[in-house]
Amino acid sequence: MVKTALIVCGALAREVLALKVKHGWDADILGLPVLLHNEPERIPPAIKKRIQQAREEYERLIVVYGDCGTSGSLDRLLAQEGVQRVGGPHCYEMYAAGIFKALMEEQPGTFFLTDYLVGSFDHLVLEGLGIDRNPQLRDDYFKNYTRVVYLAQQDNPSFKERAQWAADSLGLPLEIRQTGYGLLEKRLIELVGE
Amino acid sequence: MSEDIDITKLETPELLELIQDDLYDGLADEVVASVNELLARDMTPYDLLNNGLVAGMEIVGNDFRDGILFVPEVLMAAKSMKAGMRILRPLLIETGAPQTGTLVIGTVKGDIHDIGKNLVAMMMEGAGFTVINLGINTDVDAFLEAIGEHKPDIVGMSAMLTTTMPYMAVVIEALEEQGLRDQLLVLVGGAPLNDAFAEEIRADAYCRDAAVGVETAKKLMAIKRGQPN
Repeated sequence: MVKTALIVCGALAREVLALKVKHGWDADILGLPVLLHNEPERIPPAIKKRIQQAREEYERLIVVYGDCGTSGSLDRLLAQEGVQRVGGPHCYEMYAAGIFKALMEEQPGTFFLTDYLVGSFDHLVLEGLGIDRNPQLRDDYFKNYTRVVYLAQQDNPSFKERAQWAADSLGLPLEIRQTGYGLLEKRLIELVGE
Repeated sequence: MSEDIDITKLETPELLELIQDDLYDGLADEVVASVNELLARDMTPYDLLNNGLVAGMEIVGNDFRDGILFVPEVLMAAKSMKAGMRILRPLLIETGAPQTGTLVIGTVKGDIHDIGKNLVAMMMEGAGFTVINLGINTDVDAFLEAIGEHKPDIVGMSAMLTTTMPYMAVVIEALEEQGLRDQLLVLVGGAPLNDAFAEEIRADAYCRDAAVGVETAKKLMAIKRGQPN
């Protein structure tokens, strides 16, 4: 049996774990810190290091990341390493499953939430962007946004309440789209198998 | 911290240093008070801009580049510089401070992100450029209209999304079609861009951040005018 590892962005780890259980995949999940997203140029070297470590134990590796602002450098690294990545530019496109472009064309000022972001909104957005310390920065960041769209993976009322709180704290209206795992699930099935 | 300091008792060089410190700490009111104090001492707006605000923002830019400061701190510093610029801008025009050139800048069509672009606009203004800021979601017609009206030396374009950055090529192609491209420097910036993309769309340079943008603009302007620095 080929030993497989999924090298996963921390923002997708819980969801990939749920999909692993759902589909009975015989694969281990190796996470990387979400905060790498704040400096996308750090993502490829961090993944390269993880690949090198994982090769000692696993025969097959799959990277579960979008391009995530690396401007193609992640894909160039993976081509050199001969490692496959789940397709897509970022997790919003994966979850929105074909409607991401339409949502953006409809309102370019759309701020997306996912289950992960709803759970860590205060840490990643309010603290991460310094809005908790300098409330006046909220309008600098968000004055051009017109709505929050919550791409919900789970149908969880407490997540929805929290999404409403997040939207309120940005002063924006909330729309909820119950997307499930969208193209993340489909693309992972293609890579890992049923 | 500086609210405990009686700025009227400080020597001018100390006060310039204080402006830089307060700007670094994002203390807009304190920056404004020191700017007013130095103007009252008959310092020229141009010297005040360069030795106070621009010098302070250079330190902020260097520390951002080196990972010592992060975006929130840079934005607070920028707000402080903006507060100082609000006082100095009319005085700079009035006193005929030297002009480096004219910049037309905008976030391209489909994109609403303007934090970096506004920072570039402000830093360029600090470097002596006349800046025409077209805002967000700027289409090719708006760029062409502004170019026709203001006859800039530089066109700056910003995009934060992989889906909107290709629009920069649309603008550059329009400049080529109109026979304007050779008269202009085109600088591009934004998180998903890199040097290779700038080269591919035939821009003159990709600018990683606001400080690099200013340096690149000054360098290319000097070359354009036959005065390599």
